[in-house]
Amino acid sequence: MLNIVTCIKQVPDTTQVHIDPETNTLIREGIPAIINPFDLHAIEAAVRLKERYGGMCTVLSMGIPQAAEALQKALSFGADRAVLLSDRALVGSDTLATSAALAAAIRALDKERPVDLVLCGKQTIDGDTAQVGPGIATRLGFSQVTYVGKIESVDLEGRRLRARRILEGAEEVVEAPLPALLTVVKEIGEPRYAALPAVIKGLRTPVPVWGIADIALDPTEVGLAGSPTQVRRIFAPTPREGGDVLTADPGNPDRVAHEVLNRMLAAGALEGQ
Amino acid sequence: MISRAACIGCEQCVAVCPTDAIAMQEGVAVIAVEKCTGCGKCVPACPTDAVTMTGREEEAVSARAEEAGASAEARGLAPPEVWVFIEHADGRPAPVSWELLGKGEDLSRDLGGRLCGVLLGHQVSDLTAECFAYGAARVYVIDDPVLAHYRTQAYVEGMVRLCEKHRPAIMILGATTLGRDLAGAVATRLRTGLTADCTGLSIDPESKLLEQTRPAYGGNIMATILCQQRRPQMATVRPRVMSLPARDGTRTGEVVRAELGLREEEVLTRVLEHVQLGEGEELRIEDAGILISGGRGCGGPEGFKLLQDLAEVIGGAVSGSRATVDQGWIEHARQVGQTGKTVRPKLYVACGISGAIQHLVGMQTADFIVAINRDPKAPIFGVADIGIVGDVAEVVPALTRACKARLPAGEGSQR
Repeated sequence: MLNIVTCIKQVPDTTQVHIDPETNTLIREGIPAIINPFDLHAIEAAVRLKERYGGMCTVLSMGIPQAAEALQKALSFGADRAVLLSDRALVGSDTLATSAALAAAIRALDKERPVDLVLCGKQTIDGDTAQVGPGIATRLGFSQVTYVGKIESVDLEGRRLRARRILEGAEEVVEAPLPALLTVVKEIGEPRYAALPAVIKGLRTPVPVWGIADIALDPTEVGLAGSPTQVRRIFAPTPREGGDVLTADPGNPDRVAHEVLNRMLAAGALEGQ
Repeated sequence: MISRAACIGCEQCVAVCPTDAIAMQEGVAVIAVEKCTGCGKCVPACPTDAVTMTGREEEAVSARAEEAGASAEARGLAPPEVWVFIEHADGRPAPVSWELLGKGEDLSRDLGGRLCGVLLGHQVSDLTAECFAYGAARVYVIDDPVLAHYRTQAYVEGMVRLCEKHRPAIMILGATTLGRDLAGAVATRLRTGLTADCTGLSIDPESKLLEQTRPAYGGNIMATILCQQRRPQMATVRPRVMSLPARDGTRTGEVVRAELGLREEEVLTRVLEHVQLGEGEELRIEDAGILISGGRGCGGPEGFKLLQDLAEVIGGAVSGSRATVDQGWIEHARQVGQTGKTVRPKLYVACGISGAIQHLVGMQTADFIVAINRDPKAPIFGVADIGIVGDVAEVVPALTRACKARLPAGEGSQR
């Protein structure tokens, strides 16, 4: 029986996030909140492990009160229990502070029942750092396996697992002891659709909220005070402008083709090739 | 500076100050300027706006930075060090390591410091010469059989040991799977700041801090980040973002060797299998300098054959939009876009791709973009440097013919 904790984050649908050019502030109103897509894969991986080995999966998220919705959705995908870590003291946390908070919450869960496995998505689509998973593993002293595309097997007796990592131009299979923290990539499996009864049940399940006092978390380790990095400023990327648009002569595309080649050569786009 | 009149003695500024520079005196908060680093965290912490940043704090910060950096050698202290993690796979160096030595050279010059490579592995002595050739003045080496193949626990241990002993000011690593696996763990062990995927790194002339610029929210926002207090200031940088510096094989430097201090039995993870994919075959799309990319407008797998022909002549790789992957016209590993890969090639030729935002976020930072689409209103034309309104089935072969006729033979080399 595996005791699994899956960490998820509620994020804005980032394709719509942008900066107001006049005030230079982030526009987030009206942008839908979603579960970080890689975390959906982590939930799916957890549920499959449960089906294969038995056990339970707790979904954990650090966020604002609204993040409870994401947790309820995770329940509808098959997680057994949800916990929201939410506290004003956590505001302004960078990745180091976030890993401190999540690690403390997992320690609290571990006290109730030893945690065998923590699953995280490889990175979030808003922060895009991929740092919190390794941070949690380091703080908990769990083995760390990132970019996992397949959990080949879990040996509960021998307290170890085998995981296939998807790297650049290579795949590797590692064996790591439990307890372990894995960050997963899409190859691990497509998230299932939640059946309607599961969705309704999820929405009706209240999500307990833990504050930093509940998990013996030192306030100086989180929030602004616990964050060694800070954002000095944000700005909109220089927008790319479209250049000339030519029209191919019907039946004689060679003319424009040569013109395009001229432009590519002039821009040095073919240098070194 | 804290206004006595406005201060209500709530002590919130005291609580957030990372250097304990604020103390209560007679019921109001007072800042000890010599401890203040000018980080500004106290300003928003105050509920009555009693705290403001004045030139005095900034001057004090500058003065200390000058002392620390510029006159370090004069005071007999070691110059600040900029470390670059030298990544390699079984002795083959990752080009990003040289790119980062190039950027590291700028940083160490602006910091008045020393550029160092950090090399962990087994039988890697040959690589130290390359580090010097690409600009390192010194290379820290831990050569140990336990490090023969990358494993998180062993490499983290080695890096942490070196950092605790030698205390670099800055450490940069490639934002590869290895670099990101390693950096997050090392930064947590050292309780220091790490910024991922930087597209820009520079030294602020006044504070001498490393300014780290990176995209967030899928590239819709750019952020500049600082790590004021903790050291080293860590950052990862993607391959091909920084340019490769000139190589000078006559340069030499100093090698500093260290022990790993970890036995094989103490490393709890084993690598059972490691398979390089596609050796000598097609390039991974993230590594390709030129991408010929197809969208729905290619019509089907036959359309991709035309793209492949162009790719062969021009020396590129083939990629596709999500729609083409969903249709099975091309494999998922070649998908460009928000749910696929982000690519930054020198040249991106978008064929029959409309340019939905989810695709653009994956390629809009390419150096030069060519777009071919039947629809003159396709959003892709808004980011393309040159666009052609036309049929992919006609224009792509025409482009292949033009390249064959005019480009020097042997263009099939793929970097």
